[in-house]
Amino acid sequence: MTHIPAKAASSSVSSGSLLLTLMKARTFIALIAVLIFFSIAAPNFLSTANLILMSKHVALNAFLAMGMTFVIITGGIDLSVGSIVGLCGMVAGYLVLNGIDLQFGYTIYFNVVEIALITLAVGILIGAVNGLLITRLNVAPFIATLGVLYVARGLALLSSDGRTFPNLVGKPELGTTGFGFLGAGRLLGLPVAIWILIVVALAAAYLAKYTPLGRHIFAVGGNERASRISGVRVNMVKMFVYMFSGFCAAIVGLIISSELMASHPATGESFELNAIAAAVLGGTSMSGGRGTIGGTIVGAFVIGILSDGLVMMGVSSFWQMVIKGLVIIVAVVVDQAQRRLQSRVTLMQMAKAG
Amino acid sequence: MSAAAAHDVILKLEDVSKVYSGTVAVKRANFEVRKGAVNVLVGENGAGKSTLMKIIAGVEQPTLGRILLDGEEVSFSSSGDAVNRGIGMVFQELNLFGNMTVAENIFATREITNRFRKIDRKEQERRAAQFLERLQAGIRPDMLVEDLRIGQQQLVEIAKAVSLDARILIMDEPTSALSAAEVEILFKVIADLKARGVAIVYISHRLEELIRIGDYITVLRDGHITGQEEMKNVDTRWIVRQMIGSDAKDFAKADGHVPGEEIFRAEDICLPRVTGGMAVDHVSLSLRAGEILGIYGLMGAGRSELFDCIMGRHGQATGAIFIAGKKVKERDTTRRIRRGLALIPEDRQREGLVSILSVASNLTLASLSRFVRLFHIRGGPERQAVTQMVRELAIKVADPAQEVSSLSGGNQQKVVIGKALLTGPKVLLMDEPSRGIDVGAKADVFRTMRKLSRDGLGILFATSDLDEVLALSDRIAVMSNGKLTGMFDRAEATEAALVAASALGHGPAPHTESP
Repeated sequence: MTHIPAKAASSSVSSGSLLLTLMKARTFIALIAVLIFFSIAAPNFLSTANLILMSKHVALNAFLAMGMTFVIITGGIDLSVGSIVGLCGMVAGYLVLNGIDLQFGYTIYFNVVEIALITLAVGILIGAVNGLLITRLNVAPFIATLGVLYVARGLALLSSDGRTFPNLVGKPELGTTGFGFLGAGRLLGLPVAIWILIVVALAAAYLAKYTPLGRHIFAVGGNERASRISGVRVNMVKMFVYMFSGFCAAIVGLIISSELMASHPATGESFELNAIAAAVLGGTSMSGGRGTIGGTIVGAFVIGILSDGLVMMGVSSFWQMVIKGLVIIVAVVVDQAQRRLQSRVTLMQMAKAG
Repeated sequence: MSAAAAHDVILKLEDVSKVYSGTVAVKRANFEVRKGAVNVLVGENGAGKSTLMKIIAGVEQPTLGRILLDGEEVSFSSSGDAVNRGIGMVFQELNLFGNMTVAENIFATREITNRFRKIDRKEQERRAAQFLERLQAGIRPDMLVEDLRIGQQQLVEIAKAVSLDARILIMDEPTSALSAAEVEILFKVIADLKARGVAIVYISHRLEELIRIGDYITVLRDGHITGQEEMKNVDTRWIVRQMIGSDAKDFAKADGHVPGEEIFRAEDICLPRVTGGMAVDHVSLSLRAGEILGIYGLMGAGRSELFDCIMGRHGQATGAIFIAGKKVKERDTTRRIRRGLALIPEDRQREGLVSILSVASNLTLASLSRFVRLFHIRGGPERQAVTQMVRELAIKVADPAQEVSSLSGGNQQKVVIGKALLTGPKVLLMDEPSRGIDVGAKADVFRTMRKLSRDGLGILFATSDLDEVLALSDRIAVMSNGKLTGMFDRAEATEAALVAASALGHGPAPHTESP
């Protein structure tokens, strides 16, 4: 008597779990699908030159998406990253061209390493402002970072009256040359930007998995109250994720300015949306607690390859936007379906056992 | 149950089960609701009463089982469905829109409109005034709900449910915020509804209330229905026995070890309540190493709030705490945990666990620094600690990497306890440690408490279960209304003395006006 229902239950559970495995690997499956599709549909897609170019495009979004992933895992959102990219680019450009005027006839010029460090510090500082607004003043993350989005963009425009800082070659006598290395330099045949991405991504993935801070980021997103009672310093964790997001945005600002050898104050507009899209595509849950750096990087690659591939196929940019939007929506729908399936499988098991 | 035929069964639940992640809230319940009668439902906290009612009201859908209304099977996909079939509910937690007027709240989702589909405010207020009139509460229909006292809000909620003209009206603890006079009015309204043939399902903790107005009684324990009777055949003793269970609980025996030096002392702990008054009112107590001090009290006596103050969760709390004679100056939870305090919170889902993380991550969440070299969590020692805890507490889990929400309630509770123990506490605060877990897990938890006290931990545990506090404690403190109203040695404590102390400072029975 009891054999039949037990069997039925176990078979439905196992078919459910196969579907679950497929759904969990969906981003990776999507990546392979777009790679195969474009290598057939677009000529020259698989050429080395094209792959390297594409990975440079992807890298910019991937940096932002990594910072965004940690923020979203804690249950927040960071809309200000695009503006931080713009502002940090302007800071770097300003320092290369003008240095800092000390008001009594002296001007300090920094070398390129110092400029990079100062720019990163600016990005982290803006992230800290986000964090303080959210933790100390209890502003909702969406609103706090929206405000900072406007402020940072405004400051970027003010820094040059809306003009571009051109020609960031620097002067040898001031020691400000070499700014182009970040954007155009290569090590062992790979662009420097890619190497930086690899280093930062490995560090972030390590942080997420093997450090108390990483564990706490997930705990805060999963249940803030329980984390607090367990002694997790919730405010510190939140400060960190916004500062890390600002740091990632500063890197992107540096790389773009260095690539173009110019800083434009409108750089980075709507980058935050691509970053959110990559994180979500990579399986980060907007309600917090779930997400991986690896998934986010794959998500960034899917979006990047999709848009570059469509360009190579000659698809109009208007259609590209439609397709990108659809991909994001499908990703989230599948994500929700997976959650529901998963909880139903466990609940049914428990109901039968209890 | 021969006289039961006097009232027809209007609604019947058959073999209904409801499972939430991690807990089976209701197990194969069979429940009948009779017309023109007050059907009382009673049980301890977490027994599944509210869940059962939410299923009837269409707020929750049963995982298994079926619902029969007038003999035909129905399924409600939303509370709107249930309302359409004549089922109304007064919720325990108020479901009102504070930013709207009383009349707008009463007619929310079924607004009265004129020919042009415009809301007819005058008519709504006129009709609302009629319902409010019957409740004699002095509430005007054009008042904003957020300007009303909690008790008045509860009356609005009741008026709203009455205005539905429901055939079945569910009231989940409708009197919890009412004054004695307001309760009397409510009872009049209930009698009136009964006379009109409405079936009333009434949930309350106040036994004397139930016996006064109930016609039929159903007792729930741990999600099971343990008794169903006509009210005139039962007495308080019967109800309590059904609620707590006649099967003697498996309390671990005291082993006769002698408590050591004082390990913890709280002095003059005060916590003001937002609404005025004190949630914790000048409480001082001391605890010796290896001692179990039970804190008995009813709901809202301030036990959980006292624990919160001790853990440093309220910035506005005053008073001092000492561990092993040294004053604890740290005010935040993180550093108090490091000083040797640990809390097992009452609400496992909301405060105890991060349900989407694994069993292992939950166990070590509070004690990660133990496994860290520089900034790296060493996998070996962490896994070892997890395995050891799983074994020591007999947590039933196939693989510690499993999500904690897939465990049963009892095993989840053990994970929360394990998390606290891994911080290496000197003093353990346990808030209702046996709530909502099955008998076997309860016994395990009690055995663990004994073992810990033998190892020299000081344990403060709060409970509203008399048997539990009498069986496990070396000493018993009683709290009522935020104050410490009694302190008994195990030998001199009696049920009657505890109950008397736990009622101090509360309003007397509903017949007299409370101050």
